[in-house]
Amino acid sequence: MPLGHYLVLSGLLFAIGTAGVFLRRNLITLLLSVELMLNAVNLAFVAFGRQFGTVDGQIITFFVMTVAAAEAAVGLALVIGLFRHRESLNPEAFTSLKW
Amino acid sequence: MLALIPLLPFGGFLVNAFLGKRLPKPVSGGLATAVMAISFAIAVMQVIALAGMAPENRQITQTLFNWISVGDFSLDLAFRLDALSAVMILVVTGIGTLIHLYSTSYMHEETDPEYARYFSYLNLFCFFMLVLVLGSNVLVMFVGWEGVGLCSYLLIGYYYEKKSASDAAKKAFIVNRVGDFAFILGALLLVVTFNSLDFTTIALAVKQMPPEATFGTLSLITLLLFIGATGKSAQLPLYVWLPDAMEGPTPVSALIHAATMVTAGVYMIGRNALLFEHAPITLGIIAAVGAATALFAGTIGLVQNDIKRVLAYSTVSQLGYMFLAMGVGAFGAGIFHLYTHAFFKACLFLGSGAVIHALHGEQDIRNMGGLKKHIPITYWTFVIASVAIAGVPLLAGFFSKDEILFETFLHGHQVLWAVGALTSFLTATYMFRLVHLTFHGEERFAAHAHGAHGDHGTHGEQPTGEESAAAAAHHATHGHDQPDHGHGHGTGHGHGAPHDAPWPMATALIVLAIGSIVAGYINIPHALGGHTALNAWLEPAFNATNCGAPVTTGELAGLALENCAPGEAAETGDHTALELTLMAVSSLLAFAGIGLATFLWLKNRQIPAKLAAQYPGVYNLLLNKYYVDELYDAAIVQPVKVVSTEGLWRGFDVKLVDGAVNGAGYFVSGISIVLRLLQNGSVKTYAASMFVGVVAVLAYYMWR
Repeated sequence: MPLGHYLVLSGLLFAIGTAGVFLRRNLITLLLSVELMLNAVNLAFVAFGRQFGTVDGQIITFFVMTVAAAEAAVGLALVIGLFRHRESLNPEAFTSLKW
Repeated sequence: MLALIPLLPFGGFLVNAFLGKRLPKPVSGGLATAVMAISFAIAVMQVIALAGMAPENRQITQTLFNWISVGDFSLDLAFRLDALSAVMILVVTGIGTLIHLYSTSYMHEETDPEYARYFSYLNLFCFFMLVLVLGSNVLVMFVGWEGVGLCSYLLIGYYYEKKSASDAAKKAFIVNRVGDFAFILGALLLVVTFNSLDFTTIALAVKQMPPEATFGTLSLITLLLFIGATGKSAQLPLYVWLPDAMEGPTPVSALIHAATMVTAGVYMIGRNALLFEHAPITLGIIAAVGAATALFAGTIGLVQNDIKRVLAYSTVSQLGYMFLAMGVGAFGAGIFHLYTHAFFKACLFLGSGAVIHALHGEQDIRNMGGLKKHIPITYWTFVIASVAIAGVPLLAGFFSKDEILFETFLHGHQVLWAVGALTSFLTATYMFRLVHLTFHGEERFAAHAHGAHGDHGTHGEQPTGEESAAAAAHHATHGHDQPDHGHGHGTGHGHGAPHDAPWPMATALIVLAIGSIVAGYINIPHALGGHTALNAWLEPAFNATNCGAPVTTGELAGLALENCAPGEAAETGDHTALELTLMAVSSLLAFAGIGLATFLWLKNRQIPAKLAAQYPGVYNLLLNKYYVDELYDAAIVQPVKVVSTEGLWRGFDVKLVDGAVNGAGYFVSGISIVLRLLQNGSVKTYAASMFVGVVAVLAYYMWR
């Protein structure tokens, strides 16, 4: 299977994730979309690693997965904190990030 | 030793300036007077030492330190005593001491801090004046030149709470700046031309050059320096500040605005005599300006009614004489007149101060008269000085004025001589008008003694009856702690009558009056069997060296020249008849002037009023000082104000400067109104903008 197919899939997944980040109105779904984007990137890494016959892509994928797990833990903790604060998971409700 | 002469008054200034508030009056005044007296004593010793030297190397130089050293240009802070500065330091310290002494009594009504402030300024003035006189190069002289201008400003504005005084101070300062600007341009041009500012170096260099027939560098330098002199020495067209300077305390007028500072311009020209001699065009201008000023101020003096203003215009007029002398190349005669003038004009001013003091601030001579029997010491000294300035034979003014007129005639300036002679007639007239209106005739002061616009500002309570008589007796011995007023009693006889000067003032007056009589005898002309000893003494200073050097002009032929160049003596002898004739003419003019004044203002008091009524145009022209102040106001002050207000303030500052500053503000806030919308706090918008940014960066690298 040529590299192009992997990359197209990876791009599609990334686009879906991005669209999810922008369009969904739930913070948890937002986090899921971010995970989707990360995994799209992982897919691209692994595909490149296979193509060039090196293990670099796989190694960095493990790193990304670790970071993603940490990010998910912190992100979910923040989401819980935010929900307790505002009784809402809609990102539009949080507009205090300005001067 | 030489440096001590200026530094002593400076020490006095420091003490009075920093500790004066806590010092009682006798200490601050006494200290200021004492430093001047010591300074005078040192000056006398130094001059005696100088006189002991051979004429060709009469010079004492004291270099304090090297001030400026750039490339091959070097300048020392150095003092130099020579024949010319010797005359000046004696005048400055001698008359300065007398005026300090006089002031201790005159300023007695001031509070302790004010009194100390006055004396600190006076000491500071003497310091700067001595720096000016002793400076060995143009820059040191300029330091003194500016310093005396500063002190003049401070002292004119001494009664700074009075608007007219602070205005006059500002006027004096600003008008002087005009001259000083030209002076410093001249000094810079000297550096460019001679690469030196030392007087002797310049004189020796200029000696090698031929006199300039056309308008060249030397003419430009001397003209610029002369413009500086017109500012400091109150010549046309920059004389306007001097009459207003009379707002200062009277002793200040005597010291600064009559005897010393205003003669700085004359001294400066004498200092650079060789330089000016090589610029005949400038000399011609100087002579013309001097003669014109003498006549112009003399006519104004004829109708003024303020005792000090008459004297102020008289000063301007006499300074005109000095410049006339300088302009015709008779430097010795100019310095001679400077020296005699210092005596009688200081005496006149101090006398007028005593009159003002006696009348508690009255300055209008129309409200005086008949003071002769009340204040005899003041009267007699004033009359002696008036006779001296009028040019009556055998007094100081006669010798110096006649020498100027004689030299003017001798050098072929008959028109200028006629102007000078006419001015001498006017001098006699207005001086005796002043004497008659102040001291003779009926008493007019009693009913007006309170209409004071004078120095004292405040007046004590009005004592009555015996109290007043007692107060008068008290004042006769002690001075003037509390002014009493004889008015309201009809006559003023016995009730607070004007009292004569107390001893410090009387001493100064008497010494100066004696000086007015004898000062002229150091320079008796050849025609009267003398040897013009002062000219001979000054001669080496004007020629930069001794009689061994060739003399470029004949007018400096004095005793020294006779000794080494016998041929010159015969030339001097030829003019004896002419000199005697001119003397007779000017003496007659002096007597005629006195006679006319006596006729008009003593015997027939109604005639001047009739004349004034008959020729209102002329009278008003003179009374309003030829409308020169108004002219300056219209030609310079108002345009400057309009340009400043409309152009610089409302135009440049408000529109351009403020516009630029405010515009920058409006621009930023205008952009912000748009940019602020981007920061809406929504996480998704931030994420979107980050995304767009990343895409943009990627796109840039892809399609680069």
